[in-house]
Amino acid sequence: MRAPISDLPLAFDGVSLRVGSIDIVAGLDLEIHPGAPTLLLGPNGSGKSTLLRLAMNLAQPTAGRITWGRRDQPDERLAMVFQRPVMLRRSAAANVAYALSRSDPARVNALLARVGLGHLADRPARRLSGGEQQRLALARALARDPEILFLDEPTASLDPAATKAVEDIISSIAASGVKIVMATHELGQARRLAGDIIFLARGKLIERAAADAFFSMPQTPEAAAFLHGDLVI
Amino acid sequence: MNLRFILALAFAAALNTFALAQDKSIVVASTTSTQDSGLFGHILPLFKQKTGIDVKVIAQGTGQALDTGKRGDADVVFVHARAQEQRFVSDGWGVKRFPVMYNDFVLIGPKSDPARVKGKDVETALKTIKAKAAPFISRGDRSGTHSAELALWKAASIEIEKDHGPWYRSIGQGMGAALNAAGASEAYVLSDRGTWISFKNKGDLAILVEGDKRLFNQYGVMLVNPEKHPSVKKKLGQQFIDWLVSSEGQKAIADYKIDGQQLFFPNVGVPGA
Amino acid sequence: MPDGASALALVFGGDPALYRIVALSLYVSVAAVLLAALVALPFGAFLALVKFPGRTFVVVVLNAFMGLPPVVVGLAVYLLLSRSGPLGFLGILFTPHAMIVAQALLVMPIIAALTRQTVEDLWAEYREELTAMRVTPARRVTTLIWDARFSLVTTLLAGFGRAAAEVGTVMIVGGNIEGFTRTMTTAIALETSKGDLPLTMGLGLVLIVLIILVNALAWGARRVGEIRAG
Repeated sequence: MRAPISDLPLAFDGVSLRVGSIDIVAGLDLEIHPGAPTLLLGPNGSGKSTLLRLAMNLAQPTAGRITWGRRDQPDERLAMVFQRPVMLRRSAAANVAYALSRSDPARVNALLARVGLGHLADRPARRLSGGEQQRLALARALARDPEILFLDEPTASLDPAATKAVEDIISSIAASGVKIVMATHELGQARRLAGDIIFLARGKLIERAAADAFFSMPQTPEAAAFLHGDLVI
Repeated sequence: MNLRFILALAFAAALNTFALAQDKSIVVASTTSTQDSGLFGHILPLFKQKTGIDVKVIAQGTGQALDTGKRGDADVVFVHARAQEQRFVSDGWGVKRFPVMYNDFVLIGPKSDPARVKGKDVETALKTIKAKAAPFISRGDRSGTHSAELALWKAASIEIEKDHGPWYRSIGQGMGAALNAAGASEAYVLSDRGTWISFKNKGDLAILVEGDKRLFNQYGVMLVNPEKHPSVKKKLGQQFIDWLVSSEGQKAIADYKIDGQQLFFPNVGVPGA
Repeated sequence: MPDGASALALVFGGDPALYRIVALSLYVSVAAVLLAALVALPFGAFLALVKFPGRTFVVVVLNAFMGLPPVVVGLAVYLLLSRSGPLGFLGILFTPHAMIVAQALLVMPIIAALTRQTVEDLWAEYREELTAMRVTPARRVTTLIWDARFSLVTTLLAGFGRAAAEVGTVMIVGGNIEGFTRTMTTAIALETSKGDLPLTMGLGLVLIVLIILVNALAWGARRVGEIRAG
């Protein structure tokens, strides 16, 4: 059994992503450590999705440097769930199996059961409801046995019941030792799930704190405004 | 996986059904007019019955048929252009030329006969057509019929390739197409009798000149030279030639009739054929 | 085929020569499309997914080749397969095999070009997800082709339509040999030149009905598949 290589701490060092003449994100300096979920919080357009993609190595910074466990390349135990996950044109079980490196029907069933989709294994994935598809995407991500699981506003388009179901699964995943890094613009969700908060606005890192500290004593005016429910532009 | 297996099986079965009957078959390059006359439909089953050999006929213009033989894509060449056939043999592409049969050409034209050539001899008829600039369709495809047409103009002292007007239309196609064109444009055309008799779109056309000795159309058959193309099936090809010139083959040819008319006249062994 | 008989009478009278011609036409064109698909589907997907220098040029040429004149393809294949040509030793000129190869070449561009377009559109949708799942380029090709399979059925039908309708290619490389390489289109050409127009119109109708039937079958299969796969 090989010694596991860790992608944590995940460190951003002066990272910027410039497209055309606009900095989508600029001067990001942060570190993500193992432990409770890290929630990326901020209004729409604040750069949360971009940060996730950079961390997932789906995009390359135009300035600065990202390291995974102090290395330049991640070890590939990263997985991501998108806001609108793409379902492959096959059954739910087949979608999960797709993410496995070798055929393992028992594991597929176990993963489906874990997200509460065991009874829908043979249903065409595209005919699942929004919430079910989100849960299937989670199962698919878990199939990769990730060390870090990135989620980009996974419940943004779901109703409260589906949202609860997904949040419960995320909590259980976090409890099993997977590091969760999740973007949300929804305060209540952040309160429910966060261990620590990264607060972004206009592509910049505004505040970084443990969840309790952030919610009770925001240090910056933007964070305070956001918590107060005011618009932060 | 089951479905793919079934599909593969079906495909293989289809492949076999249409499989190359390479065992006992030959390819004969012949002319469209010979095929259109229906002769092959009559004599080839008799040959197959006797020898079990499948004869696959590729019907092209004479020039193309000889070219096919040169390329080695046919085993036997069976056309009606004596000078070109003799050159084929002397150039080493064919083994030996055997005269087989003849049919004749007829001058076809509109029943109304605007150029008034009916009943004349062919030389006079052509001269008249040119003089009156009556529309004339030429096959223009290096075929045996085309060569015969050119030779007839020459016999009428007309260098038709250099000296013609828009009344002379060279279409570069087979006999059927030429007859169609003549019918559609009320024109004159030289045709072999066989194609004419079996042609189904006669419309207003009719035979206007026939029987002239110069309208004689001789057929010859040759085995493609195996020394040039080792792939030639010389044994089977020679069997076909032997049959054609045998009394059995010659009788089969003579027996072929349309509307009670004999189309081809066997003449193996006739000197100068 | 009996002279003067109408094609409909032949169909209902069960004329074996006509059945053979119809069967050969279907066999040649279907086999050609399948053979072409083997090459053109992955190639089209590859073009959609991989950026390489000169890619635009290849795409433009591929699109242009959708309109390759069948006689030109027929002539090129004829010269290749002739005993006097480089592939003469195969001995397949004037056989259905040559016709399949030639038609496959003819329809490869249309299948590849349409596949490229379909896969490119699908890749736009799948790119992030498949990249996040670290799917290898080879696997991307097969995944996209499989997920696009219903659109690709239409692509294959387009190829089949072009193959079944053409006469120039199969005439030249097949030789229109009676009972052996005579297809519906070459039979129509022959009977037209013999002046048997009622027969050719009948044959033409049979050909059109055939093509419609194949399309209907494929469309039905597509609908069933779509419903089952969501």
